[in-house]
Amino acid sequence: MSFSLASLAVIAALASGLLPLLRPRSNRVIKVISFPLLGLAGLSGVLGGGMTLLQGVRYQLELPVGLPWLHSQLYLDPLSGFFLLVVGLVTLVAAVYGPAYVREYEQGPQPLFPLTLFTGLFVAGMDLVLLAADAFSFMISWELMSVASYFLVAYQHQHEVNRRSAFIYLLMAQVGGLFILLGFGVLARFGGSFDFSVMSQAVLPDGWATVAFVLAFIGFGMKAGVVPLHVWLPQAHPVAPSHISALLSGVMLKVAVYGFIRFTYQMLGGIHWQWGALVLFVGSASAVLGVLYALMQHDLKRLLAYHSVENIGIIYIGLGLSMIFAGTGHQALAALGLIAALYHCLNHALFKSLLFFGAGAILQQTHEHDLERMGGLIRRLPVTATCFLIGCISISALPPFNGFVSEWLTFQTALQGTVLNNHILAALIPVAAAVLALTGALAAACFVKVFGVCFLGMPRSEGCAVAREISLGPQVGQILLALLCLLFGVLPTWTVAQLETIARLFFPAGMPETTAHGWLWLTPVAPEVASYGAPLVLLGICLAWALAWLWLHPRRRRTPVRISPAWDCGFGPLNARMQYTATAFSMPIRRIFRPVWPISESYQEPGKEEHGGRYRLQIGDWAWSKLYEPIARLVLGAANRLTIIQGGNIRTYLAYSFFTLLLLLLVVSL
Amino acid sequence: MFLAQLPLAEQMVLTLAALILFTSFLLLVQNRIISLIHTFAWQGVLLFAATCLMALSSGRYHLFISAAMTLSLKVYFIPWQLRRLVEKLDIRREVETVGSSSLIMIGGGALVLFSYYVVSPIRELSLLATRNTIAVSLAVILVGMLMIITRRKAIAQVVGFMSMENGLFFSAVVATYGMPMVVELGVAFDVLVAAILFGIFFFQIRAGIGSLNVDHLNRLHETDL
Amino acid sequence: MNGWLLALLQTGLVVFTAPFLAGWVKWVKCRLQARQGPPAWQPYRNLLRLFSKEVVVAESASPIFRIAPYVVFSVTALACSVVPLVAVGLPTATLADVIVLVGFFALGRFFLALAGMDVGTAFGGMGSSREMTIASLVEPAMLMGVFTLAMTVHSTNLATMIGYLLASPFQLYPSFVFAAMGMMLVAVAETGRIPVDNPATHLELTMVHEAMILEYSGRHLALMEWAAMLKLMIYGVLLVNLFIPWGVAVDFAPLSLLLGLLAISGKLLLLGSALAFAETGLAKMRLFRVPQYLSLAFILCLLGMLSHVILEMN
Repeated sequence: MSFSLASLAVIAALASGLLPLLRPRSNRVIKVISFPLLGLAGLSGVLGGGMTLLQGVRYQLELPVGLPWLHSQLYLDPLSGFFLLVVGLVTLVAAVYGPAYVREYEQGPQPLFPLTLFTGLFVAGMDLVLLAADAFSFMISWELMSVASYFLVAYQHQHEVNRRSAFIYLLMAQVGGLFILLGFGVLARFGGSFDFSVMSQAVLPDGWATVAFVLAFIGFGMKAGVVPLHVWLPQAHPVAPSHISALLSGVMLKVAVYGFIRFTYQMLGGIHWQWGALVLFVGSASAVLGVLYALMQHDLKRLLAYHSVENIGIIYIGLGLSMIFAGTGHQALAALGLIAALYHCLNHALFKSLLFFGAGAILQQTHEHDLERMGGLIRRLPVTATCFLIGCISISALPPFNGFVSEWLTFQTALQGTVLNNHILAALIPVAAAVLALTGALAAACFVKVFGVCFLGMPRSEGCAVAREISLGPQVGQILLALLCLLFGVLPTWTVAQLETIARLFFPAGMPETTAHGWLWLTPVAPEVASYGAPLVLLGICLAWALAWLWLHPRRRRTPVRISPAWDCGFGPLNARMQYTATAFSMPIRRIFRPVWPISESYQEPGKEEHGGRYRLQIGDWAWSKLYEPIARLVLGAANRLTIIQGGNIRTYLAYSFFTLLLLLLVVSL
Repeated sequence: MFLAQLPLAEQMVLTLAALILFTSFLLLVQNRIISLIHTFAWQGVLLFAATCLMALSSGRYHLFISAAMTLSLKVYFIPWQLRRLVEKLDIRREVETVGSSSLIMIGGGALVLFSYYVVSPIRELSLLATRNTIAVSLAVILVGMLMIITRRKAIAQVVGFMSMENGLFFSAVVATYGMPMVVELGVAFDVLVAAILFGIFFFQIRAGIGSLNVDHLNRLHETDL
Repeated sequence: MNGWLLALLQTGLVVFTAPFLAGWVKWVKCRLQARQGPPAWQPYRNLLRLFSKEVVVAESASPIFRIAPYVVFSVTALACSVVPLVAVGLPTATLADVIVLVGFFALGRFFLALAGMDVGTAFGGMGSSREMTIASLVEPAMLMGVFTLAMTVHSTNLATMIGYLLASPFQLYPSFVFAAMGMMLVAVAETGRIPVDNPATHLELTMVHEAMILEYSGRHLALMEWAAMLKLMIYGVLLVNLFIPWGVAVDFAPLSLLLGLLAISGKLLLLGSALAFAETGLAKMRLFRVPQYLSLAFILCLLGMLSHVILEMN
C-alpha cells in the first residue's frame, strides 16, 4: 500500500509537469492541471512515507528498465519513507501556495509552462532519488533533480545575475555528482555490482573505506551546502521563485543529507570515529559561519539561504556525534545522535519553507526584497506576519516550538561525550556544543533583526506602506506549516518514537529510554539525566499568562489604554528614517567578529548641494576569494597552456595524426 | 569517584594547579604592567601554597625549604625588582593593548588540550596521585612561551619567561617531590641573576632604540627589504 | 498531590520575594555609598503604584508591544517553578532541565527585543541590538559552564545535580571552582547588572535593558520590571544552590523545609550583598569591552571543563 502511494507520488509529479504541455499557451489550463497534480504528489508522498515510517516495513521492486545487466531497483524503507514524508509535505504546501503566487509570472516576459514543467520533474527526481536502490537509478534521478532545478533557478533568465547564479549552481551540482559517482565506484569495485544491497555487503580495507567516505562527503556536502562548498546556495536560492526556493532549501538539501546517511550508515558498514570527528568539525564550522554570514545580509531571501547553511551544519553536528559514538561502540548514543539529526531535518524543512513562503508573500505584495526598505508590515499583512513570527521563533530554537527540541536532543547527545575513552575527544565535544550554543543565540539575534526591521516599526518605502495581505491559498499554506511547527514542538516524544524506527535500521538496540515515560516526557538516556515535558511547558506558559491577564483584567476596565505619539525627545515627529536599520542592528556583531568577512566600508563627505554623506558597505564571502578564485585561476591557466596545441597550422594537425599513427604501430609491434 | 579517593590536601593541590593555570591565562592578556607584576606575584603565592601542601601530605620536609625559596624569590624579591625597574624606566603608565585577546586565550586553551595529549603516556609512569597535574604544568610552560611570542613590551616578555620557570618548578614538585637541592638552588640563582641582568639590558635597549617595544628591534635586519 | 501543591507554593514564594531581593541589593549599595537609600521593600510599592497607573501606547506600536510583557512575565514565572529554591524532588523540576531553562530566558529575551524594535524609535532598536549581541556571546560561556557541571554529575536536571552533590562526600572540584567563577560573570551579564549594564541609568547611550522597555508604562512596565527581578532571583538561586547546596531539603518534612527556607534566605542575602559590593566597586564597561569580559567568562568555563577532563576523569 505505501509503495503504491510512493509510486503514485512520482507519477503524479511527472504528470503535473508533462500533462500541461498539451496546451502550453493557456495559463489557466496549466494552473488547473499542474497544481492539483502536484498537490496529489505531495499528499501521496506524505501518506506513503508516513505509513512506511509508522509501520516500519520495507519494500523492494525491480523495474524492467535500466542497463541490460542491472535493472533498476527501487527500495522503500523507513529512512526513505521519512524523507519522502518531508518532501511530500513541503510539496503539498507549495501546491497550495503556488497558484496565487505564479499569477505574478503570468504577466512576465517568460511563459508559465517551463515553471510547472520543471517543478514536476524536480519533485519527481527527488522522489526517485529517495526510492532508488542501485547506483545507476540513483545517479539518473540525481541528475534529473539537479538539471530540473537548474531550469527553475534560471527561470527569470532575463537578468544577468540570475543566469550567472544558475550557472554556478549547475556547475557545482555536476562536480558534486561526479564525486558521488566516484564514491559509488569505489564501493562497486569491492562489492562487484552497482546494486545497493550488494554494495552494503562489500568489505573494504580501511584506506579505501576512508577514500569512499571522503568522496561521498564532498559530493553530498556540495549539494547539502556545507562550508566551504556552500557558495552556490546564497546565489541560487534568492533568484528562484519563492515556492521553488522553499523546495530547494527545505527539501533538496535534505535529499543530500539522505544520500549521505544512506551511503555512510548503510553501505559503508563500519563507521570510523575519525570520520565522525571530521563531520562534527565541518558541521560546527558551517553552523557558525552560516549564521555569521546571514547576519550581515539585508536581502531577505539571501539571508534565509545562509541560514540553510547554518541548519545543515547543525544537522551535520548531530550526524558527527552519532558517527563518533558509533565508531567507539556506543550504539544507543549513536542512535540518539541520528534521531536528533533526523528531527532537525524535519524541523528545518518545516520552518525554512514557512519562512520562504512568507518571504515570497512579502515579495509579491510589496515588490521589495531588501530589508532596508521594509517595515510596519505586521499591520498590512497580519496573517503572514503571525506565521512568519512562528517561523522565526522556531528557527531560533526557542521553546515550545519544534526547533528547540532537535537542538536540545543534539545538546543531550553531546553531553554524553564523557563516556568516551579518548579524553581529547571528550574535551572537544563540549567545545562543539558551545559553538552550537553560539550559533543558536546568533540565529535568534538575526531573526529579531529580520522580524523587527521587516514587520515592526514604520514602513521605510512606499511599497510597504500600501501592501495588502496575500490571497487565501498562500495564507492556508503558511498557517498549516505554522501549526505543524507548534505540533512537532509539543509532541516530541511521539515523533522521537517514530524516528527511532529509522535508528533501529542501523543500531538494532535503538534508544528506548527516550520515550519510556509516556507521551508527556522526553527523557533521553534516562529520566534522571534530563527530561523535557513539552506539553506541560506550553500549558505552564498559557497558565501563567492567563493568571497574569486575569489579575490585571479588572484594572483594564478602570484604566483603558491611551494611544499617543511615541516619545521623540522633543525634536518633533519621528519618521521612518530614524529607526534602526538592519545594517545598524548587526553592527556590534560585525565589529566583534570582523575577521570573519571581507568588509569594505567607505564614507563620502556631502557635496555642496547635499545634506548627508554617502556610506557604502560591502560584505563578501571569503570562500570566493580564498578558495574558488584560485581554483578558477588554476584551471584557466592550465587551459591556456593547453591551447598551445591548437596552433592553427594545418601541417601541425596532420603531424599529430601522423605521430599518433606511428606510436600505435610501435605499440602493436612490441 | 576518583577525586574522592584523594585526601583533602591533594584535592587542594589539584585546585591550586588549576588556579595557577588560570593566572597564566590572566598574564596573557593583562594590559597594565603593574597588574602584570602583581598577577605574577599571586602565581608565586599559589605555587608556595601548593608546595607546602605537597610537603605536608607527603612528609618530605625539604619541600618546605623550596617553598620558602619560592616565597622569597618569586613573591617578594623578583616582583620588587621588576617594580623598581618599571619606576626607573618610567614606564609605569604605559598600557599595552593586546590585540585579539579572545583569540590568544582560545589558543591558550588549545595549548592546554595539546599538553594533555602529549603528556598522557608519561602520566602512567608517575606513582603520585597528583600525576594529572603534569599536564597542567606543561600547559603553564607552553602558555608562558605563548606570552613571550604575543607580547610586545620587553617587561611582559620577562614575566613570561619567569612564568615558564614557575611551570617547571611546579611540574617538579607535583611529579617527583621536587628536584635535587643542588639543581633547585642552581635554577633559582640563575633566575635571580637573569632578573638583574634584564634590568641592565633594558636600559641599554632603550638607549639604543628609544623604546622597549621589541617590534622596533626589527630595524636590526641584514637586508634592505 | 502534595508535591504539586508544594511546587505551586515554591513558585509563588519565588515570584513574590524576588522584588525584596532586588530591593535588598539596592539598599546595600546605597549604604555602601554613604546614602540612606530606600527600604528593601520599596520595589513592592513601585510595582503596586505602576499597576494602578494609566497605560500609554505609541501610535506606531503593534500587537506585539501589548503581548510582549505577558509573554516575558509568564515565561520567567514558569522558569521560577523549575528552580529548586527550598526543596529538590518537586514534580515541576522534571519539566525542564538547565538547557530548557536557558531556552526560557532566550524566549523572553526574543520578545523583549521585538518589543524594543516595535515602536520604531532609535532607542529601542539600539537596546535590542545590544541585548542580542551580548546574549549571543553569553550563551557559549553559559553552556560551557553547564556542561562542566553536567560532566561531573552526569545530568542536566537541576534536582539530580543538587541531589548528587548533597549525597556525595565533600570534595573540592577544581572544575566547579572555575565554573562558579564563570557562571558568576555570566549571571551578571544576563541579569543586566554593572559592569555590563546599569539597571539604574537614565542615560540612553548607557542603557541596554532599560532602552528596550523605554516605551512601556503602567501595568506593562510593572510586568517587565517584575520579570527582570525574577530573573535576578532565579540566577541567584541557581548560583547558590548549585555550588553551595547544603541546606536544600531533599524530602518534604516540615523541619527540612524550614531549614531549607532559612538556608536559602541567608545565602541569597549574602549573594545580594556581594553583588552590591561588586556593583559599587566596578564601573560599567563600554559595549565593545563586553566581548572581552564574556570571553574571560568563556575561558573560565573552558578551563573548568578542561580541569574536569584532565584532573578529575580517570
